[in-house]
Amino acid sequence: MPVLLQFLTGLVFGVGLLVAGMSDPAKVLNFLDLAAIPAGTWDASLAFVMAGGIAVAFIGFRLVLKRPHPVFAERYSLPTATAVDTRILAGPAIFGIGWGLAGFCPGPALTALGYGTAEALVFILAMLAGMAAARRLARTQGTQALLPRSSS
Amino acid sequence: MTATAFTPLASLVGGGLIGLSAVMLMAFEGRIAGISGIASRLLPPYSDGAFAGRLAFVAGLVAAPLAYAGVTGSFPVQTVEAGWPLLVLAGLLVGFGSVWGNGCTSGHGICGLSRLSLRSLVAVLVFMTTAIATVFVTRHLL
Repeated sequence: MPVLLQFLTGLVFGVGLLVAGMSDPAKVLNFLDLAAIPAGTWDASLAFVMAGGIAVAFIGFRLVLKRPHPVFAERYSLPTATAVDTRILAGPAIFGIGWGLAGFCPGPALTALGYGTAEALVFILAMLAGMAAARRLARTQGTQALLPRSSS
Repeated sequence: MTATAFTPLASLVGGGLIGLSAVMLMAFEGRIAGISGIASRLLPPYSDGAFAGRLAFVAGLVAAPLAYAGVTGSFPVQTVEAGWPLLVLAGLLVGFGSVWGNGCTSGHGICGLSRLSLRSLVAVLVFMTTAIATVFVTRHLL
């Protein structure tokens, strides 16, 4: 796939995050703060981000997958794992705690880098260190974290 | 904490753009637009020859605020309340957990749910629960 198209695809994703308001950790944390519902200060916006994203992807994936293969690849690389194992419980549990602590998940944190703030850089460097640790642990366990063609 | 306005329309449109990007990646490459997977595979060891493409995608994410500001004349509001120690801890947990669970808010939340994946549904329910619990503890108990 041409590098410029990859760049554009990432740009669309990033602009989507910015338009949605997800690049603002305060907005994300205000969604996760359910105690704010009775207080009347809850920001439900994130639910609309999910709704918009899933609506487009649900329809778009179905249209795209009717084609025999991707434009720039011989085959689709869809996740094959179906088992609900300990890793699909432990990983997201740990991820959620980190997300709730600062309001950053990987996509918004990477767009935040474009603001040129030290906070975003600190978070990203720590995130990459955590990723490297998880990959190493998975290798020593003999399981493969993030197979080359698995989901992400 | 900083109050933020409820923005249903902008969030719906922004979410739609995120979905469009996921559909683009599926149409072009046949891959899931999971940011944690794309970012973590920028680290060694490398298993395929797609490094340049991943780097370009991440560069697009990082360039997004500059493009946005170029068009609208200003950056979207961003309020980071966490201090450096908390950012480091949060980053470590987000990085480790997203790789260990094979996905994050984009891969499981947008792509996985759109593909009606049970694993992704479990992942989303789990990380939403622990994130909500974490915010409750840090904002209302500590």
